[in-house]
Formats: sequence, C-alpha cells, structure tokens
Amino acid sequence: MTLTLNKITSQRGISVGEATKKISDLGWNPSYVQEASTFPTDYKITKAPRDPMKQVLRSYFPMQEEKDNRVYGALDAALRGDMFRNVQPRWVEWMKLFLAIIPFPEISAARSMAMIARLAPGEDLRTGFTMQMVDEFRHSTIQMNLKKWYMENYIDPAGFDITEEAFGKCYATTIGRQFGEGFITGDVMTSACMYLTVVAETAFTNTLFVAMPSEAARNGDYALPTVFLSVQSDESRHIGNGHSMLMAALKEPENHLLLERDLRYAFWQNHAIVDAAIGTLIEYGTTNRDKDKESYAEMWHRWIFEDYYRTYMLPLEKYGVKVHHDDVQEAWNRITKKNYVHKIAQFFAVGWPVNFWRIEAQTEKDFEWFEHKYPGWYAEFGDFWKWYSKLSKPGETVVTFNEDTGYVYPHRCWSSLVPCVVREDIVVDQIDGQWHTFAHELDRWTAVSAFSDEYEGRPTPAMGKFSGKREWESVYDGWDLADAIKDLNFVREDGETLVAQPHLRFDNKDMWKLEHVRGHTLRSPLNMLRAMSDTDRDAHIAKYREGFTINPCN
Amino acid sequence: MVATSSSVGSGAAGAATFVGSTSRRYNYFEPRGKRATHYEDVTVDVQPDPERYLIQDWIIEFEGGKGGGAYTKDSTAARSSNWHAFRAPDQEWERTHYQRQSKIESMVQSVITNARRAGAPRSFDKNWQMILQKHLGAWKHAEFGLGTSLMQAQRYGYSQMINNATLTNSSYKMRLAQDITLYLAEIGMDLEAWDDELGKKCWLEDPIWQPTREAIETIMGCEDYLEQYFAINIVFEPLVGELIRSGFFMQAAAANNDFITPPVISAAEADYERNLANTVDLIYLLANDEQYGDHNRKLFKGWLAKHRDLADKAAIALQPIWSQPHSKPVSFEDVKAVSHERISQIVTELGLS
Repeated sequence: MTLTLNKITSQRGISVGEATKKISDLGWNPSYVQEASTFPTDYKITKAPRDPMKQVLRSYFPMQEEKDNRVYGALDAALRGDMFRNVQPRWVEWMKLFLAIIPFPEISAARSMAMIARLAPGEDLRTGFTMQMVDEFRHSTIQMNLKKWYMENYIDPAGFDITEEAFGKCYATTIGRQFGEGFITGDVMTSACMYLTVVAETAFTNTLFVAMPSEAARNGDYALPTVFLSVQSDESRHIGNGHSMLMAALKEPENHLLLERDLRYAFWQNHAIVDAAIGTLIEYGTTNRDKDKESYAEMWHRWIFEDYYRTYMLPLEKYGVKVHHDDVQEAWNRITKKNYVHKIAQFFAVGWPVNFWRIEAQTEKDFEWFEHKYPGWYAEFGDFWKWYSKLSKPGETVVTFNEDTGYVYPHRCWSSLVPCVVREDIVVDQIDGQWHTFAHELDRWTAVSAFSDEYEGRPTPAMGKFSGKREWESVYDGWDLADAIKDLNFVREDGETLVAQPHLRFDNKDMWKLEHVRGHTLRSPLNMLRAMSDTDRDAHIAKYREGFTINPCN
Repeated sequence: MVATSSSVGSGAAGAATFVGSTSRRYNYFEPRGKRATHYEDVTVDVQPDPERYLIQDWIIEFEGGKGGGAYTKDSTAARSSNWHAFRAPDQEWERTHYQRQSKIESMVQSVITNARRAGAPRSFDKNWQMILQKHLGAWKHAEFGLGTSLMQAQRYGYSQMINNATLTNSSYKMRLAQDITLYLAEIGMDLEAWDDELGKKCWLEDPIWQPTREAIETIMGCEDYLEQYFAINIVFEPLVGELIRSGFFMQAAAANNDFITPPVISAAEADYERNLANTVDLIYLLANDEQYGDHNRKLFKGWLAKHRDLADKAAIALQPIWSQPHSKPVSFEDVKAVSHERISQIVTELGLS
C-alpha cells in the first residue's frame, strides 16, 4: 500500500449535485414587492425547468479563464509563426463581413438571458442562464478582439477599421441584424428560447462555429478556429438551457400550437440566414479545392439533417408538437437542387460596391471543384464569374449595373431580409394594405401569419412585428451609387478609393474609386413593385419567376 | 510561385502599400482619451441604434409594433444627450473579467480548504457559528437579489457600455452569493448541528432581515433599469452592503476566532469599489448632461430619497446583530457613521446632496 499526498490532505467536500441544489435555493418568492414585469409572452410556463449542466461559478470561472489562456496563447503563437504571411486574403476578406455581424447576435444573446430568466418559475435554471449571459459577453468581446487582431496584422485593414459602423449600414449585414434582433425582440419564448437556443444554438452553431473554423484552417488562418472552437465549447451548456426550457413549455398543452409555430419559423429563418451567409463564406471564401473535403451541402446534411433534425426535432413529436418535416426537406432541396448558396454568393458579388470587403472572382480551379460537388454548377454560374473577373478592373462598367451580364437584381425577402434568389419561389402578399415580397411561401407565412396578433384563432398579442426600412435598397432609392457609397462611409482615407474591391490586387492602380462607379442610380425593387398596376405587377412577378440567363462571357 | 491568393504573395501587414493599408484602428467612435483603450475597442458600438448607424431603423418591434424596437430610451426615466458617452472606469471586457473572477474563486477556495484542513471552523466561537448560519446565511440571499436585479437591468441600457458594466456587476454579485452559499455548506460539514437552512429561514421570517428584504425586493421590482443600478450602487451598497460585509462580518470575525469569513467576503468589497466607480461615472455624466442635467438631478434625488429611506430602515433593523457575538470589537453606531460618511461623499461627488 502506498501513501500519496492526496490521501494525506484530502478532505470531505460538497458534491456537485449538493452544491447546485443549495445554489438553486438562493431565490425566493418576493412578498413585499413583486419582481418587475418582464418582456411579454403568450406562452404559459408553470413547470420549473431543471438545470441539466449542474455547474457552479466556482468551477465555471477558472474553466473559462483556462480556455481564454489557450486562445490568447494561440494568437500570440500565430503571430510568432508569421501566420499572416501564409494566410489566404480571399478568406480573411470574408471575415470582414462575418466578424462585423457576429458580435451583435452574441451580445444580444446575453441580453436575452434577462428576458428568459424571469419567465420560468424556480431558480434552478437561472444559474444556467446567468452563466450563459456571461458566456455571451465573452463571445462578443473575444470576437471583437479577434477582429482587432486581424485589423492590426492583415495586409488590408480597410473594412475592419469601420466594422461596427459598417454592420449597421451594409446591404449584406442587414441579414445579420435580422438574426441578432430576432434573439431579443418579440415574444420572449419565441425569441430568447426557440429562435436563439432551440434552433440557432442547437442546430446552426455547428455550421457557424465548427464547419467554418475547419475551412479557416485550410486557408492558413489558425486564429479563427482557436477562438470559435473555444466559443463553441460553451454552446453545449446553452443547448441544455434551451432544451430544459422547451421541456418546461411542453408540459402545458396550450403551448403546443405556439411551439409548432415557433419551431417552424425559427428553423426556416435560421436556414435562410445562416446558410446564406456561412454557406457563402465556406464555399466561396476558400481557396482550398480538395475534392475529398465535404461541401457545405454535405456538412449541412451531417449537422442539420442527421444530427439536429433526426435526433432533436423528430423526438419532439412524441411530446405532441407537430414537426414540419417538409420544411427540412425543402431547406435541403434549396441547398442541393435550387443552388441557394451559389445564388446568394452571386448576389453578394453583384453588390460589391456597397459592401466593405474584397470579393475575388472564382477561377478555373474553383469551377472544377464546384462542378465536382454540385454537378451542373458550371452551366449556371461559370459565365457569371467570368464576367465578374472581367469587370473587376476599374473603368469597366460596374457589374451591379452592367446589363451585358444578363443578371437581374433581386427582390428582398421581407421576412429574412435575404434576397429572393430562388426566383421561382418568390411570393407577394399584402400587409396593412402594402405589397411585400417574400423569398418563399414559408417566409410569407412567417410575416403574415406567425408575426401577427392572432395565430390560428388564438390571440398572440406578445408576438413581434417586422418593421423599419427592412428592404435595404429603399434607403438609397434614387441615389447615385457613388453618393450612396460616400454616405455609407465605405470610402478609404483618401476620400475617393472604395473600401470594397472586386479583386485581391493590393496596388493603387487597380483600385476602384468613386469616379468609377458614379452615374448609376440605385433603385428599390419593392418601391417599383408597389408603384405598378395590378396587371403590371402580375406580369413582373411572372417574369421574375422565370429567372434570368447569364450571357456568355468571351 | 505565389503561395496565397494575394497579388503580392503575402497576407501580412506591410506586404504592400496602398490607400488604406495603414488604417489599423477602429475609427467609428471617439475614444475617451487620446487613444482608444482595448476595452473601448471591444465594447463601443457593438450595440448600435438608429442614431448610430442603423440606417434601416429597428427592424423588429415588440407586441405587434406597440412595444417599440429592440432598445428604447424610455426604459429609464433618465435622459441623455449622448447615451454612448459613458465608458466604464473598470475597463472590463471578457478577458479581464474571467481573470479577476477566476483569481477570486481560487483565493476563496484555497482559504476555505486550508482553513478546514487546519480545523479552523471548529475553533469558531459557538455564538459566532450561529451568527454565520443565521445572518451570513441570510445575507447571501440579499446578494443574490442584487445579482438577479442587475441581470435584468443589463437588458435595457441604451448602449453597450452601460449594459456590459451592469452585466459584470451582476456576475460579481452572483459569484459572491454562490461563494457564501458554498462556504457555509463546507464549514457546516465540519461543525456539529449545523443548519444550512437557517439562513433562508431568517431571510424570510426574522424581523431583523425583513426591512432588508423589502429594500431588495423594491429594487427587484423596479421597472427602470437605471434606477436599479443607482439604487444598488449609490444607495444600498454603502448603507447596507458595506455596513454588514465590512462593518460586521469582516471586522467582528477575527475577534470570534474566525479568520475564514473575512477573505471570503473581502473580494466583494473590491468588487464594489469597481462597480461604484462605474456607477458614479455614469450618474455623474447624466447629472451634468448639458441638456438634461436638471431633469436627471431631480430624478436621482427622488430615487435617492426612496431607496435611502428603505436602506436606512434596513440598516437600523440589522443593529441587533452587532450585539450577538461574544466578542464585540466594533459598535453598530461607529460603522453606521462610516456608512453615512461614505454615502455623503458619493452624493456630494454627484452633486445630489
């Protein structure tokens, strides 16, 4: 028998289960003054949810500090290893978009914890929500730090330097706003539980924070995986919080209709937004064309279809919630058969002058990979990217307004704010007597039926409403393109050169200036639609559904 | 051969010179000082609003459009000509927050572990053991109530800087509430007839604690996030929080053979110094706002009167606790005078006296 230090010094401690039990007893029912009324919900939650993670702050803070130490150590090591000498600018440029968006949804998630924490009775899960609140604060500021690090060390800092301003203004980041504001606005259960934790975190953080870092590493960027895999390691706790709250909501049969509504809305809109953005980043921001690696579609099937749909969504049927299997199938069809991601990438490229990062043309090497992974891709998109490359030189007519290409600028979806790129699926409908455009029938259902003060005969006064100048194009309707870019502040320090460029040539002689884009007038497709007669509108939509053909580029 | 997609064969800063190639600072906000601090870089404008960059306005509204957008200035009765001017003096962001919280947890755990190993809890004065069970046990609920109030408050502020300072304040309070809970449970394992439930019973039923509970529940019930932040750090903490933490537990413990409780509690006093600095800075800005200063000072004086009344009653009700230990190294009147001096300094600093 050996004597160890542990045996000499060990003492009886409190078990994790006992510790969490005592901590969950910190709360009480106020009797002098009731807690402030919180944000509204149409759900009824009477069952106290349980905290499945059973973690206390005593172990949480040291664990998180250790994770941070690894992250910051890795960033230092990346600089010492001269990471940026070998990083792919095509990739880092897209990080200007991604990292402009993501800190806002993250901190919104922190705010939403305040909304959800008071909704459920009992204190058990409040500890879990508290840790998630601090986690989200971590994510937001660690991502801002990463972005600052790129800005300080990457060849072209323009775009990173205006990041949060750009987030509020850009024609592409508007999609991210819908994502982030969706976490904190509207019915509390709809926003903070179903949209955020049950769908965004449980399903789509896998593509956001796992699939994307893999692609970063393939492009010589070891910083993004370091930060985002650390972020993702917090998500399992958040998924537990969401599931526990969902289970509490399921106990009340009267919630089931709303759960069906919200699962439907949240899944479809997460698909529309996350797949548009992350699909494009992964497929078009990479230079790695290894045919053995998974495409975004293949990853989606693994993470969303197999993991989430089969193991998380489907079992909800046992509890009495109707799951719309067709929606999942339709999302899959959009990605694999309707070229959703490719059409979004095409849209981002067409609008390059009003963004704040560089988008490089796809090349022959890229074409071969796309055709291998998505048979038929070249026939539909090959000529477009040739046009894009050809029109990337200053002095050419900017691709956004170049009618030679055959591209037709799309309508914007009033629900997801993603353009209606799958042309055959566009739907129009009226809200408050005004025409609106939707990318899909489910988007129309979201705005008209789900975000309404009544759902299938049941009053839903707590539900949010889509508002504001949701169609980005309407903000600059009638503006000269150059004036709009100047107003957006997407101009470099000389007051002339655009932040965005349609290439990766780091030389003043190749860079576009305001003078190169002046003379084109931006138009709001929605305003134009609303000005049409009924006959003209029907004809316009019918033609829109037929799509367009890119002209051959020689 | 060019290894990267870059036209110059490298993606590193300085590999090429062109317009914008040296723009390596966030340029969309005015730093408080000459140069932006790291805290400012990772915090400012992450929560934008229609006056700062959201050119499409809020895009979702509450309650069918009747409840306004994601953030509204009406979440507080205070007014500001620039909600984005505030910078938290503690400059907290995630890394500094975790470093500090983690160090505190390590310190607290080391103290408890080593003291228990030395058998220290068993040498506590018997009366003191009961005081810890009852009154430190009750106090943990007060800290928790403050933590949950701040967790609620961090949703509403009209800038990222205000909300993040409130969030870290909540995190500190939650940590302390849990630290006390686990501390009492652990020393309870070494002591005969220890009742871990006594603290909550006192909190809910003992007349000594009811005015404190009322003051806390009033803060929890506030619908104005800034009133919650103000009531906690400007009023309740100096008059009740510091009074009992520093003025009783930390000063009376050693005289009753307890050297564990003071370090467990001490971190909270340092937490408060930081949170007080943050709150004073924010309230000072609002009280001296060129456009709304008069309105705000009047409002703050109202909050001060409301919560001071409750806090004074709470403090007076706690007075019997000072008489309960065998060894009484400090009198209630003395520490009360210190707490009044403290709030007087704070209020004078803010121009609210």
